[in-house]
Amino acid sequence: MESLLSLLIWLPILGGISVLVIGNNRSDLARWVSVAVSIIVFALSLNLWAGFDTSTHVMQFVENTAWISQFNINYHIGIDGISMLLILLTTLSTFLVIIAGWEVIQNRAADYMAAFLIMEGLIIGVFSSLDAILFYVFWEASLIPMLLIVGIWGGQNRVYAAIKFFLYTFLGSVFMLVSLIYMYIQGGSFSLDVLNELPLSLTEQSWIFWAFFLAFAVKVPMFPVHTWLPDAHVQAPTGGSVILAAIMLKMGGYGFFRFSLPITPDASSEFAMVVIVLSLIAIVYIGFVALVQKDMKKLIAYSSISHMGFVTLGVFALFSVVKMGTDGQIYSIAGGSLEGVYLGLEGAMIQMISHGFISAALFLVVGVLYERLHSRDISSYGGVINSMPKFTGFAVLFALANAGLPGTSGFVGEFMVILGSLQANFWYAFFAAMILIVGAAYTLWMVKRVFWGPIVNSDVSTLSDINTREFFVLAVLAVAVLAVGVYPQPLIEVMHVSMVNLLEQALTTKLPVAL
Amino acid sequence: MIDYQFNTADLFFALPELFMVAAIALILLLDLFVSERFQNLTYYLTQSTLAITGYLAFNLIGESAVIFDGTFVLDTIGSYFKVFMMVFSIVALVYSRHYLRVHNLLKGEYFILSLLSVLGMMVMVSAHSMLTIYLGLEIMSLSLYTLIAIARDRAVAVEAALKYFVLGAIASGLLLYGMSMIYGITGSLDIGQIAAFATSANLNSEQVLILNFGLVFLVIGIAFKFGAVPFHMWVPDVYQGAPTSVTMFLSTVPKIAATAMLVRLLIDGLGGLQAYWADLFMILAILSIGLGSLVALMQTNIKRLLAYSTISHIGFILLGFITGVVEGYGAAVFYVLAYVLMSLTAFGTIIVLNKQGFEADQIVDFRGLSKHSPWFALIMLFVMLSMAGVPPFIGFYSKLFILQQVISAGYIYLAVAAVVFAVISAYYYLQIIKTMYFDDAEKEVTVTAPMDMRIILSINGALILVLGLMPSYWMELAISLF
Repeated sequence: MESLLSLLIWLPILGGISVLVIGNNRSDLARWVSVAVSIIVFALSLNLWAGFDTSTHVMQFVENTAWISQFNINYHIGIDGISMLLILLTTLSTFLVIIAGWEVIQNRAADYMAAFLIMEGLIIGVFSSLDAILFYVFWEASLIPMLLIVGIWGGQNRVYAAIKFFLYTFLGSVFMLVSLIYMYIQGGSFSLDVLNELPLSLTEQSWIFWAFFLAFAVKVPMFPVHTWLPDAHVQAPTGGSVILAAIMLKMGGYGFFRFSLPITPDASSEFAMVVIVLSLIAIVYIGFVALVQKDMKKLIAYSSISHMGFVTLGVFALFSVVKMGTDGQIYSIAGGSLEGVYLGLEGAMIQMISHGFISAALFLVVGVLYERLHSRDISSYGGVINSMPKFTGFAVLFALANAGLPGTSGFVGEFMVILGSLQANFWYAFFAAMILIVGAAYTLWMVKRVFWGPIVNSDVSTLSDINTREFFVLAVLAVAVLAVGVYPQPLIEVMHVSMVNLLEQALTTKLPVAL
Repeated sequence: MIDYQFNTADLFFALPELFMVAAIALILLLDLFVSERFQNLTYYLTQSTLAITGYLAFNLIGESAVIFDGTFVLDTIGSYFKVFMMVFSIVALVYSRHYLRVHNLLKGEYFILSLLSVLGMMVMVSAHSMLTIYLGLEIMSLSLYTLIAIARDRAVAVEAALKYFVLGAIASGLLLYGMSMIYGITGSLDIGQIAAFATSANLNSEQVLILNFGLVFLVIGIAFKFGAVPFHMWVPDVYQGAPTSVTMFLSTVPKIAATAMLVRLLIDGLGGLQAYWADLFMILAILSIGLGSLVALMQTNIKRLLAYSTISHIGFILLGFITGVVEGYGAAVFYVLAYVLMSLTAFGTIIVLNKQGFEADQIVDFRGLSKHSPWFALIMLFVMLSMAGVPPFIGFYSKLFILQQVISAGYIYLAVAAVVFAVISAYYYLQIIKTMYFDDAEKEVTVTAPMDMRIILSINGALILVLGLMPSYWMELAISLF
């Protein structure tokens, strides 16, 4: 199919609009239409994988039509191995979220489903845009449904969380817009192909790098601009938390891959150290913060920040491992190897996918409990295994995956990043490996307090185990977590050539070579 | 003036204006004699007049001529401006009628005064002499003062009218003073001759000084009409005090006229001094954006909030003019049109909530709107996001084009300041969204507006999204005007 990508972007949006038209009064019909649309979109997105050529880094499924011709802005979309995986993650998560919200959301159910469908289309747009303004439009527009999801269906303090979320990300991205316009004036195009080749001095690159950094770091989120995330996660409805953790955070990581590294390679190299230090702070410090949380959702939110630290660490560690000589060959610094670099980059990517599954699953787990007891406090629970054995099985699996148990996807990403950063510097790896201890501590401690032990709250004994719908959703994620954990090779194959190209772009200097 | 020969064929180029004058006279007479039963007659005649005038102006697109001894110009930008003014006026009057009806203000005078002010704006748009500009400005302003005071038993409305009148008179005085300076040094009121003088190479420093002296007062006059900081004091009070339908009118169509005045005086006339007035505009622009964004944060009255929001939008519009290039002017005109579209929709949504004896002008009146009237809430959501500059709505593109031109002209710091204030202003737009979507309604919100208003408002709101998805044609049009 020639316009498969466009179909993936616009089908959910149109589906969402039709669900809005169906309206809250016919919520059953709205639910069925939503789930049908999300299944179709997911099935269609599998065609991306089927038709994907893993031997080239050139963008595939490309569509390019003029959009705003005065400023050379084009509707230019296409995917490589990096974006393809994230698109699949998006379509899968949206499908699961719609199933998970089935009877849970009674208040304005049609609007709820529609918001997720529209957001799905917009996020696929983010991951497939090859024109910077198109990217920006999707990037910002995807905030709108999330704002409404948190604000309408959120918890007690939802208004504060929703507005904080919106303003934080909005502030982050307007500077990106300014720097994109600046580059347009230099290069005469918003096309990523042109921007990637645009020669920029180190000063220019530095400004642009920090503008991008602000936009992407807020999204990831990196320490110290992470404070919106715990608020947003805690207040968001389960589905909102899932999409936020599974996909929206990945938009930040994707931004680093697609924008920061290729467009500002020299500045990225220059400031890699800052990013690495911030990542390590996130990994270690936020890990300890997670340890003391009393609210389950907050704990998982902080755990997300900590785990996303691996992504930025894995990406920016490459600058301490290899550099490009004047002859265009890649040389290693201080005995690191090229494999180490790929371990870091691909590990970062696997970590994004894996975190997408695990955090989604953990938020769903909390959602299941919250629906039954309307409490997110760890102290309200205890001994859940007695009344919900099947559910506990899933919960423990996901908790162990979050702690990085070998055999689960959590282990693969973290391990690859740690190995990669070991090539860069022993201490990076040392601090990163701390998470394996801290992460295990806060996750397992939560499991102990919620699922094991005696029943302290009499309500817990009356809990009913998960129904078929919940079982299905958790089972899909469990399979995904285990599959990636046992055999991540297909993912690596899909992205490898794109990563090779990315590495080359990141190492090729844009500065005039001194003779 | 002695050797001027009146040429009947010239009248053709002023056909829209002439038709409107005739129509106004006719409607004024008719309105005296029709009974209460036919009070809608005036409304329909007014709308037809606007439509026909718009059609006449549309037919003249492409023609250009300077007639009436150089006092009146017909050109593409003028014709387009007239067409846009007619379209927006028609929409504004559709909304106004519902408001006037539920507040017992439905009188023939309202429509006649609206027509008169539109006539004044048309004269401004086609002015080719400083005298004509002043004439048009006063026709417009005097009609607007009266329109505000049409709710004569409301103290706030009368106060607003008086305030607008007094400050407007001062601004007119300053403008006249500036014009007299320019006239004194150039010896002509004709825009073309002023332009020739201002661009001539052999000006001595004294002449430049006097030109600049006059220029400053012209800029003040224009800034007042736009409501740019620090000449904005009238805006919040007038917006709040005036009947909402008048506020809507005031905040939309006259901004196009003010743009025309700017184009005629500063670009057509004193284009040679662009570097001087651009500096003044820079200060006006950044102050307007800043103050508009910050002060709006504290407002509880939605009309007042939109007043400050307007001030901040005006700042963006002025930014487009500092660039001194055709694309920059085009971006500014695009912004004006986008702003008028958004502002019409915003006030339209406020008016839609008005009911017999109920004035919806507080932000809290929007509480829970998304439950009771999801469609209008969605339209207001579009407007608010668009005003905040969030894609994919038209407000984003208008900001994008302005920023692009500003950065292209080398003022990156202005662009950065502008976007920071844009984020700050997003906060109060979000407050309205919050009120509509996140808060629970205390009482049932019912919409009693007639079908014609609902349809027009729906189209209006949809356009904010649709034009956002395809802004290309309009941007090209805006640039081609210069």
